[in-house]
Amino acid sequence: MTSYNLQLNAQGELQHLLTIEGLPQEIIVRILDTAHSFLSVGEREIKKVPLLRGKAVFNLFFEASTRTRTTFEIAAKRLSADVINLNVGTSSQSKGETLLDTVANLSAMHADMFVVRHSQSGAAHLIARHVAPYIHVINAGDGRHAHPTQGLLDMFTIRYYKKEFTSLRVAIVGDVLHSRVARSQIHALATLGVPEVRVIGPRTLLPSNVSDLGVQVHHDMENGLKDVDVIIMLRLQNERMNGALLPSAQEFFKYYGLTPAKLAHAKPDAIVMHPGPMNRGIEIESSVADGQQSVILPQVTFGIAVRMAVMSILAGNP
Amino acid sequence: MTKPLPDAEKLLALLAERMRPWVSADTALIGIHTGGVWLAQRLHKVLALRQPLGTIDVSFYRDDYGSRGLHPKVRPSNIPFEVSDADIILVDDVLFTGRTIRAAMNELFDYGRPKSIRLAALIDRGGRQLPIAAQFVGDEYAVAEGEQIELTKNEKDELSLVLNRARA
Repeated sequence: MTSYNLQLNAQGELQHLLTIEGLPQEIIVRILDTAHSFLSVGEREIKKVPLLRGKAVFNLFFEASTRTRTTFEIAAKRLSADVINLNVGTSSQSKGETLLDTVANLSAMHADMFVVRHSQSGAAHLIARHVAPYIHVINAGDGRHAHPTQGLLDMFTIRYYKKEFTSLRVAIVGDVLHSRVARSQIHALATLGVPEVRVIGPRTLLPSNVSDLGVQVHHDMENGLKDVDVIIMLRLQNERMNGALLPSAQEFFKYYGLTPAKLAHAKPDAIVMHPGPMNRGIEIESSVADGQQSVILPQVTFGIAVRMAVMSILAGNP
Repeated sequence: MTKPLPDAEKLLALLAERMRPWVSADTALIGIHTGGVWLAQRLHKVLALRQPLGTIDVSFYRDDYGSRGLHPKVRPSNIPFEVSDADIILVDDVLFTGRTIRAAMNELFDYGRPKSIRLAALIDRGGRQLPIAAQFVGDEYAVAEGEQIELTKNEKDELSLVLNRARA
């Protein structure tokens, strides 16, 4: 069984959100449209709607995260759900077994939804395969595999500023090799009809088969950023790096760090995105991160609306 | 039950005249998506109201979310005036069970505490399931169960009513 079958119920509606790969375009567009309606809820006096009243959402984080966990928590609370946060350190014992035992116990507490972050690729899929049919699972990042809500909020951000996808050039810069975010973005951009996606980085930080995903590969910023509409900077993932893939962070900044000079190769109205957390002075210079073209903080705000949309669509599908 | 469907444009004119003595320039109109928004746009112009027009989509407040899920097409609500202490008239095309109006009022109270809320509907088809009544109605028109009246708009922005089989 492929992973995307697992995400959809018999009527083709979203049952779990595990990966953007294989997700039909109309489901992605519906999530973005619904998120747009949730944006104004965040600007009202009472920032809550009653959709998930009486539902229990468990944030199961086996790997550290501040922004993602917090925005999922805010999203669930704005939908009036009860939120339980569990920061479960990855156990050194048999992980699969422990994971399913944890989930079985929480299911016995009448969980309605699990939001799962795990360092192992496929953890959310494993849980989705084993939960009762009325429980929904959202992948909040699994290993190097996928981070679908980040990919969706990035698409929301691009659509918000650029209106449509079908005439865009998008560059994804940096540590693509270790990035689940990049994988989710590439799948989403393709599904939404972006004609030109480029990945830019040193050979050691690009997957060897990355061009199979339909992207152009560049190793220098000048050519790679030329005339792009959107620049997505990735975080240099020190914690996922074992072995010497890079001479040094300074060396990386010299060639791939986004500076005003490198940014000037892109279109004048290009937007600069970053999923966070940022390493200032390593992948991005502060003057760019805080500059006119940066939409890094709006991405965080949009992330709440997108997660509200995903949760309310999932919980409404039996 | 063979009474023909009323003409929506005539009803709209009638509704506006019924509202006119009861509105001031500060009265705020809020149309409920989709038909109610079309009507509210027209009423806003005819009644020459000063407050900008509001629109509301009640999908996040519907009481059938648990059984039917989230509506596939949710439009953003847009309330461009201060709700607290406002005199508000909600505008909808067809008044039936009253559940949409309940949802709209619940949503409005999350923006603030209005001074008053009144309701204007083009057609009252009866069948109320909640204690809700309209202060302004174009006409009453009984419809058999299993059928529904819908407001439509053509390319010249003219409104008309059609009778359809109700969606299951």
